[in-house]
Amino acid sequence: MMPLRRFAIHRPADLGEAAEMLDHYGDTGTLYAGGTELLLAMRHDLLRYEHLIDIKAVAGLDSIEARDGHIHIGAGATHRTIERSPVVRELLPVMARMEAEVANVRVRAAGTLGGNLCFAEPHSDPATLLLALGGTARAQGKGGERTLAMDELLAGAYENSLSRDEVLTGVNVPVPGPTQRAAYLKFQVHERPLLGLALVLDLNEDGSEIRAARCAVGCVSPTPCRSEAAERLIAGPAAAAGERLQQAADTLADEAALTDDREGSAEYKRHLIGVLLRRAAGKCLDANE
Amino acid sequence: MSNAKPALVELRFELNGKDVAVECEPQQTLSEVLRNRLNLTGAKISCEVQVCGACTVLVDGLPVSSCTYLAYEARGRRVTSIEGLENADRTLHPIQQCFIDEFAFQCGFCTPGMILSAKALLDDNPEPTDDEIIHHMDGNLCRCTGYVPIVKAIRKAAAVMKEARG
Repeated sequence: MMPLRRFAIHRPADLGEAAEMLDHYGDTGTLYAGGTELLLAMRHDLLRYEHLIDIKAVAGLDSIEARDGHIHIGAGATHRTIERSPVVRELLPVMARMEAEVANVRVRAAGTLGGNLCFAEPHSDPATLLLALGGTARAQGKGGERTLAMDELLAGAYENSLSRDEVLTGVNVPVPGPTQRAAYLKFQVHERPLLGLALVLDLNEDGSEIRAARCAVGCVSPTPCRSEAAERLIAGPAAAAGERLQQAADTLADEAALTDDREGSAEYKRHLIGVLLRRAAGKCLDANE
Repeated sequence: MSNAKPALVELRFELNGKDVAVECEPQQTLSEVLRNRLNLTGAKISCEVQVCGACTVLVDGLPVSSCTYLAYEARGRRVTSIEGLENADRTLHPIQQCFIDEFAFQCGFCTPGMILSAKALLDDNPEPTDDEIIHHMDGNLCRCTGYVPIVKAIRKAAAVMKEARG
């Protein structure tokens, strides 16, 4: 294969300088973090940039901390760092487990959460889980800082909604309360997930009633898809959830606008959503999980 | 700007226990520097999309895909390639020896990556379960062995290394 085309690497001292560089280089430049997706696309000449702005040069973007009922994960934290973070493992174990299954051990060592979200590869895990968990993204540009909902950040397949001078600095994830349970499951036969499903249930004190639910399916639409109609269907007595889950799966599948593609038929993906939603609910409702 | 030749950067890092300095361009990958500049051809190039693991080397003890990992990232860090694994007395590292003893390779193309990935595992988790071995090695592909002898070799290497630690 051809070597990578020539580019220069720039090391901003802080976020302000990174924003200036992004604005200055425009379409000829982009942020560079782990490179586990960007460099592959450049290697195949699908993307061309003359300037890579190494955001790892900005100190502190890889921090992980719990504050004000949220876990703040810096955009520069690698999948491996998140997977092994004591804070994430204790307060958001579903996120640690999801990260432990992202790609492979080499990608997890170099790839970052921020890079993953900004690259917006549809066949990916973190965005789907973060959408169901109610995570938000923090971005900073020349005009200041702002917060975006996860579905605002993801604009389409391989597209984020950040303006050209903005840097994703991290995500904030609400720490699930004592009555909340979360699960993320995926189906995968090759190197990328074929379908990912995240479910968060809020239960009553003795676990007999599902008070509220959030669910999202990933990999089958340009961006992960959440369905409030499906979530409303899931709420109700835990013991008789089977039929409601099937209806919810159908509703979620309808909303995701499934299509036939090389990953499988729409019918097959609909079936997988049903299976994974049922299994995810089983995990959430199992007191031993 | 587009035709300007990027400045060469002098890259200094520790390679297999020795300090090296090499001039390279920013877009050069670690495997290009290792294979074409330093004549270390143990890291094999295959998929070039970080899926197969044939190009695995360790940077500060962690496995990376050197085919699409910029050499720039190695500056000031500790790089281990398969050429650096043998012991000071030129005997093989226990993982290498166990791969031989357990017939854990046939054509050998994936083997350097397999062994380095296994080293990263055993350095971090000296007594892994079979499930942990399989989970860790999931991103290293082999088209000869069917993987069973590889898992066996790593399990055996863990035992040999444990005994050596006493």
